[in-house]
Amino acid sequence: MIEAYGLTKHYGAKTAVYNLSFQVRPGAVTGFLGPNGSGKSTTMRMILGLDTPSSGQVTIGGHTFRQLPNAPRQVGALLDAKAVHGGRNARNHLLSLAQLSGIPARRVDEVLGVVGLQDVGRKRSKGFSLGMGQRLGIAAALLGDPQVLLFDEPVNGLDPEGILWVRNLMKGLAAEGRTVFVSSHLMSEMAQTADHLIVIGRGQLMADTSVTEFITRNSVGFARVRTPEGDPAQREKLSAALTEAGGQVRTEDDGALRVSGVPLPRISDLAHGADVRLWELSPHQASLEEAYMRMTQGAEDYRSTVDQRSGLQEPVMAPPGYGAPGYGAPGHAPPGHGAWGYAPPGPYAAPPQAGWGPPPPAGPPAAPPVAPPAAAPVPPPADPHTEDAR
Amino acid sequence: MSTPYAQQPPPSPVPTPPGHAPHPPYTAPPGGGYSSPIPVTRAHLGHALASEWTKIRSVRSTVWTLGIMFMLVVGIGLLTAVGLDSEGDGYIDMPLLAGGLFGLMLGQICVITLGVLVITSEYGTGMIRTTLTACPRRGRVLAAKALVFFLLAFVTTTLACTLTAMIQSSMLGGRTVSPEDPVGEAVRDSIRNGELIATSDEWLDATVGAGLYVALLGLLSLAVGAMLRHSAGAITTMMGAVLLPPILSAFMIGESLEGVRDALLDYSPLNGLATLYGVPMSDEVNASGWPLLGVLAVITAVAVGAAAALINTRDV
Repeated sequence: MIEAYGLTKHYGAKTAVYNLSFQVRPGAVTGFLGPNGSGKSTTMRMILGLDTPSSGQVTIGGHTFRQLPNAPRQVGALLDAKAVHGGRNARNHLLSLAQLSGIPARRVDEVLGVVGLQDVGRKRSKGFSLGMGQRLGIAAALLGDPQVLLFDEPVNGLDPEGILWVRNLMKGLAAEGRTVFVSSHLMSEMAQTADHLIVIGRGQLMADTSVTEFITRNSVGFARVRTPEGDPAQREKLSAALTEAGGQVRTEDDGALRVSGVPLPRISDLAHGADVRLWELSPHQASLEEAYMRMTQGAEDYRSTVDQRSGLQEPVMAPPGYGAPGYGAPGHAPPGHGAWGYAPPGPYAAPPQAGWGPPPPAGPPAAPPVAPPAAAPVPPPADPHTEDAR
Repeated sequence: MSTPYAQQPPPSPVPTPPGHAPHPPYTAPPGGGYSSPIPVTRAHLGHALASEWTKIRSVRSTVWTLGIMFMLVVGIGLLTAVGLDSEGDGYIDMPLLAGGLFGLMLGQICVITLGVLVITSEYGTGMIRTTLTACPRRGRVLAAKALVFFLLAFVTTTLACTLTAMIQSSMLGGRTVSPEDPVGEAVRDSIRNGELIATSDEWLDATVGAGLYVALLGLLSLAVGAMLRHSAGAITTMMGAVLLPPILSAFMIGESLEGVRDALLDYSPLNGLATLYGVPMSDEVNASGWPLLGVLAVITAVAVGAAAALINTRDV
């Protein structure tokens, strides 16, 4: 059990963590989510007694970390895969940590086997890949067979197989009754691993909830409805009819309506009744990633700007069939003109991305997509919801 | 994780449901919910010493720095002996074992480097966070590092110095000094029955004394490294402390600065070492090196204490 009360940490003028209170319970995987620089690692370091909180305190089983009599036997941690002396081989690295807390030396070979590094135990860790480094760090955390485990971004640099392995490992550790606290900036990863979520942004607590609750609360379905271009009257009429029927209607940047609370067939019936033609009527599901980004959008420290590449752009000679919007195929759109949003129908025939896929990193490129002239009842390939996430 | 360890009840084959003790006679561990089958021992300094020994022997920098130190001390000592031997008898101005000093003056730089690296390499690689997570008693970690390094440096340096002293003694010892030969003031006490010998005090100074002195200098470097947490910065600081005083004293011209000049020379680390070999840089020809060694020991103790205070309070 990890308990934090009013945890605050200042570094000079910067407040890394502010008034953070939470509990991490045994027998479950607790995900610790937040954007880069939101204070996850600082919190982890304070839990492990590496950084002293400016105010507040954090205890493990009632003791602060530095008071624990034989800490590695009670708390294991992976903070940074690269926090090893590269000139030392993996086995000696673990051996030195084992000796520090009186753990028998054969336990070293055990954990090397558990993480699959038994064949490279005699190799210097300088030559390890990031994934191997993570495995070595996990081995160090498991060394003391502790009740409480902390992992800071454990899947960084792991291949899909490794990610699956880490996921199962953590679930297994929690099933044994241990307290498992895992930080990540990937909601999708946590949705599959964690039982409970603690979300922070800018060092402050934003959510402390179970994953199922988070999903039911945040993954609401909605419909995207588009009426003929250049006829706002029709849109207004439909909008009014939908609101009257008890739906929530929001107009999106590209002129489409985002309707929730009214099932799709009913929308169609209402449109028919109001004598409004529809160009699009499609079901959508808000992703967890989206919900998470909405939650933390105000709390991001590092936001990218659009890479304009203006002046560097040359006419793109895209191969036939390659028609990502914005790179208009030659002959259809003059290069450098109306590039974004205007694209030949070709690429639109591709299977539509239901607004579920991972949204583009922080802010989609440039202007909102303009409706394709040759309308098909499919959404544009650009994720329509990322506007919200901005 | 379910490997049975001796003297422990076997772990339950099925995963224990959360929040339930696996074994009936069971006191809830602080984390709650899980108890390890591996017996928990109380960690103490002995464990930290074993850990630091594993660390220091498993990196190449240890082998390199100490190996080079050994080669410098013994090699230059041998060359000095060969050179002096070819001079033949005649004017004798240097104690029998003093030839070991020149190699050690270079060799001590290796020990200083290793002393710094023992701690700063952990800060440089981030290993320190892993170490202090595995042992939150930071004072214990520092004490173990200091002790292991000090003993290793002392043993290897003393060995190198002893070997060098034996070379000097076997090649140059027993040179006959006739009463007419001009004899330097420094060696007047070391002539027995017309032969140049090394007294037992000289033997002690040139072996254990020199080893102790250089090991203390290394320990001081470790403390400086712990305070600065930066390899290059700490090594530069120590090089300056060792090499600058004699250079600075050369610029202290004039009567008014004489006191400063003398103090710089007297208390420079190189003078401490030279005095142990019986060839002091200052005017006090027959001074013993041990008081200066005591001064170094006090400075080192203060530095280690400051490093311990800092490591306990600073964020890692």
